[in-house]
Amino acid sequence: MAKTHGRVEVFPRIVRALLLCLAAFSFPATAQEKSPLFYSVTLERLEYRFGDESDVGAWDGDAIIGRDEWKLRLQSEGEYERESSSFETLENQLLVQIPVSDFFDAKAGVRFDTPEGPDRVYGVLGLQGLAPQWFELDADLFLSERGDVSARLDVDYELLLTNRLILTPSLEADFAFSEDRPIGVGSGLGKVEVGARLSYDLVDRSISPYVGVHFEQLFGPTKRLARDDGEPTDQLFFVAGVRVRF
Amino acid sequence: MNGTETILRAGARNLGAALFLLGSGAAGAAEYRLSVDPVTIDTGEFVRSGIGYNGASPGPVLKFREGEDVTIVVTNNLTESTSIHWHGLILPFQQDGVPGISYDGIGPGETFTYRFPIVQAGTYWFHSHTGFQEPDGAYGAIVIEPKNREPFRFKRDYVVQLTDAHPHSGDRIMRNLKMSADYYNRKQRTVFDFFSDVSKKGLGATVDDRMAWGDMRMMSTDIEDLQGFTPLINGKSAQQNWTGLFTPGERVRLRFINSSAMAYYDIRIPGLQMTVVQADGNNVQPVKVDELRIAVAETYDVLVQPKEDRAYTIFAESMGRTAYARGTLAPREGMSAPVPELREDPRLTMADMGMSHGGHGGMDHSKMGQGSSGAMTHKMADGSTMEGMDHSTMGHGSSGAMTHKMADGTTMQGMDHSTMGHGSSGAMTHEMADGSTMQGMDHGGHGAMAMKGADPFYAPGSGLTPVAAEGGKFLSYADLKAQKPLYEHRAPTREIELQLTGNMERYIWSINGVKFEDAEPIRLTYGERVRFKFVNTTMMTHPMHLHGMWSILDVGAGKWNPVKHVVSVAPGTTVYMETEVDALGQWAFHCHLSYHAGSGMFRKVVVEEGPEHSKALSGAKVRG
Repeated sequence: MAKTHGRVEVFPRIVRALLLCLAAFSFPATAQEKSPLFYSVTLERLEYRFGDESDVGAWDGDAIIGRDEWKLRLQSEGEYERESSSFETLENQLLVQIPVSDFFDAKAGVRFDTPEGPDRVYGVLGLQGLAPQWFELDADLFLSERGDVSARLDVDYELLLTNRLILTPSLEADFAFSEDRPIGVGSGLGKVEVGARLSYDLVDRSISPYVGVHFEQLFGPTKRLARDDGEPTDQLFFVAGVRVRF
Repeated sequence: MNGTETILRAGARNLGAALFLLGSGAAGAAEYRLSVDPVTIDTGEFVRSGIGYNGASPGPVLKFREGEDVTIVVTNNLTESTSIHWHGLILPFQQDGVPGISYDGIGPGETFTYRFPIVQAGTYWFHSHTGFQEPDGAYGAIVIEPKNREPFRFKRDYVVQLTDAHPHSGDRIMRNLKMSADYYNRKQRTVFDFFSDVSKKGLGATVDDRMAWGDMRMMSTDIEDLQGFTPLINGKSAQQNWTGLFTPGERVRLRFINSSAMAYYDIRIPGLQMTVVQADGNNVQPVKVDELRIAVAETYDVLVQPKEDRAYTIFAESMGRTAYARGTLAPREGMSAPVPELREDPRLTMADMGMSHGGHGGMDHSKMGQGSSGAMTHKMADGSTMEGMDHSTMGHGSSGAMTHKMADGTTMQGMDHSTMGHGSSGAMTHEMADGSTMQGMDHGGHGAMAMKGADPFYAPGSGLTPVAAEGGKFLSYADLKAQKPLYEHRAPTREIELQLTGNMERYIWSINGVKFEDAEPIRLTYGERVRFKFVNTTMMTHPMHLHGMWSILDVGAGKWNPVKHVVSVAPGTTVYMETEVDALGQWAFHCHLSYHAGSGMFRKVVVEEGPEHSKALSGAKVRG
């Protein structure tokens, strides 16, 4: 009885504390108050990929809310294949991010993969930031519910042809430390995606249409698994899309 | 908006409208009414909703008289809280208008009555100190007529109030900068710039330059954080062309006020020399200039005397050369004069990154005389010109090592090293990576240096050092001398070092590495004379503004140091100001760039009573 009573008391207190926190965040600083919450919603890629065998609709974006000291990030990536009417990739991450240096944030959270086929839940640890010479880096370590460890490196570079016409080469590499056969992941370097997208900032930096190329190549055991399943092991796409930022 | 065009009274012969003087001007008491209203701002380039006073942005020109007591009744017609700060006015702290420091602010629908005596004369301004209402349009001008005759004469009197109106709301700008610090920088170096640099400077130097900046993850073009604004003069854009009338031969007083959120302006009037007579409301010894740079929140009063029966353009380029304001002085309405082109945009150099000054943390011009380890390095990573630098005050460096590294085709002109005097181990190195020329160098046998003419308030080799567009004289802080000292000159009782710090990429600005929300107040004692040492460790220029007490800028003129309310600190420099702590209470002290102040470059100053309270008061003040 006493226990229940205690819980009843504690819970509203937490809620009240949270509400108070939110209230404090949502009013702009007058003096000595904490700065307000900032937010952004970005779809770095919202694109259609024209391929030899099949077309793919894809997105990659995030929603961020936070302050200088921390950020909460919802990150989402999806690849929908038209041919099979199924999600090749459907990946959502919920991350907490804190600065660890002038230019880098550490992040931790969970990743939910719910594509066609078996689902997976991962714990995520990562580093994200701006490296010298303007390389945008995102390095993640994943630990799946099955105990498999994998890693991903994502590198982007913005080459300014003009201040609005921007060529962005990108590289993404997936590496697995162990095999997860049901989802087609072999041990070692499994997949590399390279791309180059030429965008134009149409409205501020809010709406930037682009065209480009996107190439995916599988390697090693992962490649063999895909071949055995009759799936393509390398694919070249021409892409057209738009970057959207609110 | 027409309210601000009003010709202010200039003597008895030229009566303009004395605005909003509702109460009687007699017997030294006047009442003013201001309403804070939602308004529409139409710059001709964009239309947006904003905030104004008495239905317009900018608000009215408030005209006070020195010696009177004013009552200002402010009614907030917004749906949010607001405040009004009287910028540069000396008044009781409860009347200073900073929410959270002076008072609680003015809630929606509420009325607040300000009451304070007017103890000064000159040109000032007022603005909201709440959120980003000031960039959203909440500002106006203040003109205080002096009790005594001024030491200069004029027939016409105009307020020329500049701002940098932006199509985005202040809140949105802050958010965008936080999420992506280069959101508004459309002056970044492109691939084509790279090839153009290669053809000018060679591949090696260009790559070195790009690598040096890329290594720091900073941009040499990062002079204006916020671009895409439309500069306005008295609420009018260049195309809307604010016009002030004159009769040829008349002397015209222009009261320049920079009410911008972020933009510095370089102001000139082709065909006219300007005589600067007042800075930040205080008279200065007149100095004739062809061009001047006005920092955010500063004011400069100048006299001009157009003699011809033609129009003259008031041309104010933003420091980063991304936009310009333009107005016209004309004998008749509807006239205009040619509008100059924007000059090429400047670029920061390694000197602006504070990389030049080994142990000095910036150009410490006032102390170099005694510097015992005066190591100075001038590195210029790109095609900057080093002209006429004056190190004549460097004096007695006992190990004055000076290095001039120039990575590329830099020209160094007119260097005179003869006066540097007593350097006992004055090692000097001039490294120039390629075909640079060095002219007229005179090392005078001492390894000593004096480069004449350059503005000592910029880092040697700075990309920001201003040069008059059509040759001639560009105003420097070093030219400002008080007309009449406000205080007895005395040694400071204490020095407080304030490092101006920031993280550009995260858009966090701070003082001594600590943001406002995490900082303890700066505690001062009544009667002190505090020497503030600003060390700018960032690549941006910061206009530092102390509320409630004067900022006596150290230009090396002793008792004639000018008395200001804003002190601009260029990148890679150290600047000193002294403050007679003569106002009890709580005050704000901050960078006046709105988004720097809003992201942490801000302090509360608390002035407490001390033991020597009354003694210091009676001893220090000369003028009442």
